[in-house]
Amino acid sequence: MKSLEDLEKKINSELNTKINYTKIKHNQIYIGTDKEDIIDVSIFLKTNHDTKFRQLIDITVVDYPEQNQRFEVVYLFLSHEFNQRLIVKYSIAENEVIPSLTSIFPSANWMEREVFDMYGVSFKDHPDLRRILTDYGFEGHPLRKDFPLTGHSEVRYSEDQKKVISEPVKLEQNYRNFDYESPWEGTRYIKEEIENNDKKN
Amino acid sequence: MTKKIKNLNLNFGPQHPAAHGVLRLILELDGEVVEKADPHIGLLHRGTEKLIENKTYMQAVPYFDRLDYVAPMNQEHAFALAVEKILKIDVPIRAQYIRVIFCEIGRILSHILNVTTQALDVGALTPSLWGFEERETLMTFYERASGSRLHANYFRAGGVHQDLPKGLEEDIAKFCETFPKIINDLESLLTDNRIFKQRNVDIGVVTKEDALDYSFSGVMIRGSGVPWDLRKSQPYDCYESLDFKIPVGKNGDCYDRYLCRIEEMKESVSIIKQCLAKMEKGPIKSLDGKISPPPKAEIKQSMEALIHHFKLFTEGYRVPKDEIYTAVEAPKGEFGVYLISDGSSKPYKCKIRAPGFSHLQSMDYLIKGHMLADVPAVLGSLDIVFGEVDR
Repeated sequence: MKSLEDLEKKINSELNTKINYTKIKHNQIYIGTDKEDIIDVSIFLKTNHDTKFRQLIDITVVDYPEQNQRFEVVYLFLSHEFNQRLIVKYSIAENEVIPSLTSIFPSANWMEREVFDMYGVSFKDHPDLRRILTDYGFEGHPLRKDFPLTGHSEVRYSEDQKKVISEPVKLEQNYRNFDYESPWEGTRYIKEEIENNDKKN
Repeated sequence: MTKKIKNLNLNFGPQHPAAHGVLRLILELDGEVVEKADPHIGLLHRGTEKLIENKTYMQAVPYFDRLDYVAPMNQEHAFALAVEKILKIDVPIRAQYIRVIFCEIGRILSHILNVTTQALDVGALTPSLWGFEERETLMTFYERASGSRLHANYFRAGGVHQDLPKGLEEDIAKFCETFPKIINDLESLLTDNRIFKQRNVDIGVVTKEDALDYSFSGVMIRGSGVPWDLRKSQPYDCYESLDFKIPVGKNGDCYDRYLCRIEEMKESVSIIKQCLAKMEKGPIKSLDGKISPPPKAEIKQSMEALIHHFKLFTEGYRVPKDEIYTAVEAPKGEFGVYLISDGSSKPYKCKIRAPGFSHLQSMDYLIKGHMLADVPAVLGSLDIVFGEVDR
């Protein structure tokens, strides 16, 4: 596939039941799909002669706590052959278990472990779903929006007990989050301008 | 009588000079043959992504220095490009050349460190002594441009923080004349060295297919014969107007990767030379007062400049709602930033894609069936820096 438009057409015609939407932005294709279809979609993208997205660049999750379907799972693909990038997304609720891509892309292993660690999203059929970046015995999922920046516990070496202990965080000074959103911008014409810009995007 | 033989579990690191940082590697050994390797990472995890979500776009830049701290500006570049694309601002041509020069300096910094420490891991001490002298020179260039040797905080969305000081361009040009000789010296120590070859040739072989499956990038994929370099295939800044070659390996072993790095350093020198020749005087950052801070002198005179200055350093600039994935060819491979903005002055999400993460993940695949002594050689050729793996 030469151009992104051709690729978009191809994907729409081959996968039309499995795709919710496609759009082209910033020279990349964004595809919306569903949890159940992600395996089929990625097998198609990897093996089809006109797509050849042979490499899984990254897996990540975006947290929108105010939404019903809280997490948006994002897969980034790269096709060396056609020099194209593709982003696949779907939304899930908090306790949903999603399929693992490890059988298709071995590199998904650690990426999924990281997602599990940072957001608490579980993967079905993952060979080794352990925490990866956080400490042994860590609790909570740090990149969720409701996890405080300071964390819940702090670790120190206790001279009395002769071992490393974990205690609730005690701050000498409260964490200060300055709100710089200016009251001056309450002026109606500026607000309208911002809203219009938001609509355009 | 039959004897039952149990495999030995060996704990390699987290404090081991050949672990290149805080890597804890749990090896299962059958005699001296490695059966399984399980890297435990995260000992240097600082929550960079979480911190960036709580900082303005300008405050986020220094965190990128602290990822791959061997080539700090290359990371800043990815972030700056991502923000620029969302804001749809143009970068002045001089700023593009400055950025490319410092990215290539970063590449040389990283490759010198890697090549010489890889040699150190397999028993050669001298290369690191020779190489580090050059790194020192390069870091003074960093210091003269940005004010600090390591954590530069120099690139901004829309350009760079300040212009190069007087005389720096000439000194970089002088360095480009002398440095190729140092590369040749390093090569004379290593390339045909019998011990170095015995330790590296046919060790840690990666096939083309596996390099793709394991999400390899940078030297790791080029060493296996895939001609893929983002500077060529998806050019950013002024790379399109520069003439350089992409060295590609044949066998995909540690030795080929070493050769690729040596050749890449030579290409980097040529890129820097071209940039210096083409560079002209001009602005070094976007002239949009809403994004880049005004010159200090102007603040004393102009009310508008003062307001801009105040707004930029309190609230910061706002970035319209959008999402983007931008990648650059960092010395270690594809370094990407997946940025989601929500219209405020702080990123809603900033996922950092570090090349070392996927490279280290393949440790088990690379080392299976090798001898214990090959572990440092393979690890060395992966070019791991824990700042970026653990984030």
